[in-house]
Amino acid sequence: MPDQPVTNVLEALELSKEVSSPEGSLTILNDVSFTIRKGESVAVVGPSGAGKSTLLALLAGLDLPTRGHVVLNGANLSDLDEDGRARVRADSVGFVFQSFHLVPSLNALENVMLPLELAGQGDARKAARKIIDKVGLADRWSHYPAQLSGGEKQRVAIARAFATEPAVLFADEPTGNLDSRTGETIMALMFELNRSSSTTLVLVTHDNNLAERCDRILALDTGRLVRDTGAGA
Amino acid sequence: MKALLFALRSFGRELRSGEVLVLLAAVGLAVAALTAVGFLTDRIGKAVARQANEVLAADLRLRSQEPVPAEWREMAADFNLETADTLSFPSVVFNGDDSALSSIKVVSDKYPLRGAMRVSDELFGEQREVDTVPASGEVWADGALLARVGADVGDILDIGELQLRVSAVLTYRPDQSIGFASLAPTVVMNIADIDRSGLIGVGSRVRYALLIAGDEQNVASFNEAIQDKLPDEIRVRSQEESSERAYNAADRAQRFLSLTAVISLLLSAVAVAMSARRFAHRRMDAVALMKSLGATQGFVIQVSLVQLLLLGILGVAAGSIVGYAAEGIISRILADLLAGDLPEAGLRPVILASGSALVLMLGFALPSMIQLRNTPPLRVLRHDEMPPAPSRLLVGGLSLLAVAALLYRSVGDPRMLVILIGGIVVIAGGLYLVGRGLVAIIGRARSGVGVAWRYGLANVARRGRDSAVQVVAFGLGITVLLLLTLVRTDLLEGWRQTMDEDAPNHFLINIQPHEVESVGEMFVTNDLEVPTFTPLVRARMTSINGESVKDRKYPNEDGRWLANREANLSWSAELSSSNEIVEGQWWSAEYKGPALVSIEEEAAMNAGLTLGDKLEFFVAGRSVEAEISSIRKINWDSFQPNFFLVLSPGALDDLPTTYISSMRIADDKQPMLIDLMRKHPAVSVIDLGAILQQVRGIIEKATLAVQAVFVFTLAAGIAVLFAAVQSTIDERRFESAMLRALGARKLTVFSGVMAEFAALGAAAGFLASAGASILAWLVATELFELPYEFSLLIWVAGIGAGIFVVCVSGFFAARGAVNAAPVDVLRGVTT
Ligand SMILES: Nc1ncnc2c1ncn2[C@@H]1O[C@H](COP(=O)(O)OP(=O)(O)OP(=O)(O)O)[C@@H](O)[C@H]1O
Ligand SMILES: [Mg+2]
Repeated sequence: MPDQPVTNVLEALELSKEVSSPEGSLTILNDVSFTIRKGESVAVVGPSGAGKSTLLALLAGLDLPTRGHVVLNGANLSDLDEDGRARVRADSVGFVFQSFHLVPSLNALENVMLPLELAGQGDARKAARKIIDKVGLADRWSHYPAQLSGGEKQRVAIARAFATEPAVLFADEPTGNLDSRTGETIMALMFELNRSSSTTLVLVTHDNNLAERCDRILALDTGRLVRDTGAGA
Repeated sequence: MKALLFALRSFGRELRSGEVLVLLAAVGLAVAALTAVGFLTDRIGKAVARQANEVLAADLRLRSQEPVPAEWREMAADFNLETADTLSFPSVVFNGDDSALSSIKVVSDKYPLRGAMRVSDELFGEQREVDTVPASGEVWADGALLARVGADVGDILDIGELQLRVSAVLTYRPDQSIGFASLAPTVVMNIADIDRSGLIGVGSRVRYALLIAGDEQNVASFNEAIQDKLPDEIRVRSQEESSERAYNAADRAQRFLSLTAVISLLLSAVAVAMSARRFAHRRMDAVALMKSLGATQGFVIQVSLVQLLLLGILGVAAGSIVGYAAEGIISRILADLLAGDLPEAGLRPVILASGSALVLMLGFALPSMIQLRNTPPLRVLRHDEMPPAPSRLLVGGLSLLAVAALLYRSVGDPRMLVILIGGIVVIAGGLYLVGRGLVAIIGRARSGVGVAWRYGLANVARRGRDSAVQVVAFGLGITVLLLLTLVRTDLLEGWRQTMDEDAPNHFLINIQPHEVESVGEMFVTNDLEVPTFTPLVRARMTSINGESVKDRKYPNEDGRWLANREANLSWSAELSSSNEIVEGQWWSAEYKGPALVSIEEEAAMNAGLTLGDKLEFFVAGRSVEAEISSIRKINWDSFQPNFFLVLSPGALDDLPTTYISSMRIADDKQPMLIDLMRKHPAVSVIDLGAILQQVRGIIEKATLAVQAVFVFTLAAGIAVLFAAVQSTIDERRFESAMLRALGARKLTVFSGVMAEFAALGAAAGFLASAGASILAWLVATELFELPYEFSLLIWVAGIGAGIFVVCVSGFFAARGAVNAAPVDVLRGVTT
């Protein structure tokens, strides 16, 4: 949307992550920098072990970088304590995971209500019902995760992620556990929600077709950013 | 506020999902076990104490050489206590020309306040319990006295200036074992007659007593209130001083009961701790997810705490109901053993148990909950990310604090507290270290075994810290159960000796030297074994190491009393079988040297005497000096004649001596005693049957208590083991599903799980045997003063029980996991 003001919703500045291993310190992310604008859809690609999940964890403030910093929706995550980062997540982040991560003891509706309640939104139930309808599970809302198929679970997860209308949605291989047709449906759903609520989408994937459909591709290899199709754009 | 609402709302869902059932069950079981044990210890403990108080015919006794002033009676009334008065003194009783020395017991209406007298309507007739005292103008007399003066029921006896009709034969009075010194047969008369008797006058040796009884609490506060005010001439006696034997049995039973209460508490604590661990573990994923969705630490911990508290309340409620029901059933079963006038146990144990369980839950579950707070949100991406383990200091501190607080409430005895807590901490530490060591060794050993064992052993090794924690839980459970078994066996064995059907039931005293032979012959003619006759010389101690006994300082009043009273001395070449030398040496059988004396341990302590001290006695105008050469311990349960002071042979030669003897005389041979009393009127026969009966009564109740409480504690122990196995059940479900998906047969998987449990059980059992042996030795010698023998059997039992119990509880816990359909499990795991 060209008439929209261009704002950076996510900034990574010289991010590095080192972990200690029995063989000494190991650099799993090395000096990665980029900026992502509001509404953009970005695919993070690279071979297994390249550091994609690590990058995602840093961007979402699930973990802290060894060097460099992340600015998420205007907040420098390195300046915040764990609770501060949690609040930023509650306000502006949604997640979709490869292995869904639904709370087994809660039914579909309750799972979707969870972030709404955490963010302190008023009528969580009503809002959750609405979004569940949107992902096409209107008649399954009372089912528990164990009673749902993989694709259905992922739709609940997407509903949960979009429930709070977050500024950024992170997805780590959201279709990795699904067959290609179901994966296709799920992605269509995500892109549609991305457009309709102008949510920024950061998506880790091994699927090249999927990556191509994003506005921009970030390619990682052994912890380095080796390609950025949107650089300078 | 938000957290509270959220916690309340999601609690219902958690409950429905069954996630929290294990913790709920552990808390519930803890409350039920604590309630039942608390109830049993409380009720049976009281019953035992009451029975022991019978020996005093009261809860408390004030005695004096003068009439006890009325103010004490009034004060007792102020404390809502019942009182009764008694006087006792020796007097000669006449039936026409026949006379005999007798001990007159003068009692007021309410006597006895505890227990009841028993009488029969004719000599050797059927006895019945009575709750009255002889009417004015009447007496109840011992059969022995009637036999000696040739009287029967209905005859008139002359006592002082009174003529009193014998209205019944006295067969039992509760306090007859008090004042062994006045062993003459008793006559009980009404206090209304005493003023006209002319028996109370200057120089008469009357002992006055005020008996007091009532609510336990009131008695205690009364006793406290009079302590400082009581004039010197009035001495207080409570039950513990009145009968060594009865008191010992009751005291040990009480100690065992509190030991059991403590142990069920510890077991409950371990069960709660294990299931709280699991609870926290299960919540970790949910917490990580909530955090990734933006929940703060404060929110997470509030939600967890509220839910923990709700769980606690639910568990407590369920446990209370079960416990209360058990209480009702038990009291019905034990109805005739628990004397009817005991107060209803009521809700008190339930409330105490509930409080205890909540404290335990906080102490043991809180560290796990605090750990939850630190779950890294990264766990949603990397499943092996764990929160840092809670600080050992925090875990140890909180749980110790919780246990210590509860123990302090339930055990009055700081020594038991120190031994138990110290022992448990050391054993738990040892268990943990050795557990980790064993885990490492087991991990190495796995290459040499079959696939099932390899899988099982690999599991033990992989779960390193967890396995070690399980070893600790199993080990502690087995330790305390073994400990309880050992102490219980010791205790019951000791009591069995007292209950022995061959224990002496009669004493003969005051046998003159020239009568020894003819008394012995009477036993021969009646086909009875001739008993041993023990010499007795009455003497007064005059000085200790040259210092007069009157001027000397003593560690306590009992010591002064001991040194100043008339002493019963004996001599012997051999050490009695019921004695044991604790210090010094017993003289050789041929010893002929200067006089030596052996003194009883407690008497020596009270009077401040040690080896080498020289005691001087004054006997029949002669002085005898003897040096203390040994200190003895006496087993009072033996019912053999025993003396505080025993001298070496020859020391008391040519001094006025009488003999005493104890023997077992079967019921059908008892008429020979009447014969004996006729032929040897000076010899006194004392029937110990009634005392034996009292002691047996106590021991029977105590034994029952010990057994019943043991069963409940056992149940709590099993719960621990179950909780420990349950804590790994989720992993097991998944693993077993995976292995079976990989093509392993159910049996293989199952054998693997069993192999793991067997290894854990053996390790825990081994350590538990070591711990229990040491603890039992400490407890037996320090708390129960029982001899203790280390036994190899306990190791066999410990390891065997470890393997067996862990495998059995493992079987039930793991069966579900192994049987679960692999598809379901593998599907469920990726939710
Ligand atoms: N805490 C850690 N300790 C040790 N190594 C780690 C840790 N976290 C990540 N790694 C390593 O860093 C590298 C990058 O991991 P990451 O999970 O980011 O890869 P990825 O690109 O997501 O791979 P995949 O496509 O397989 O999911 C891997 O080699 C991983 O083993
Ligand atoms: Mg990854």
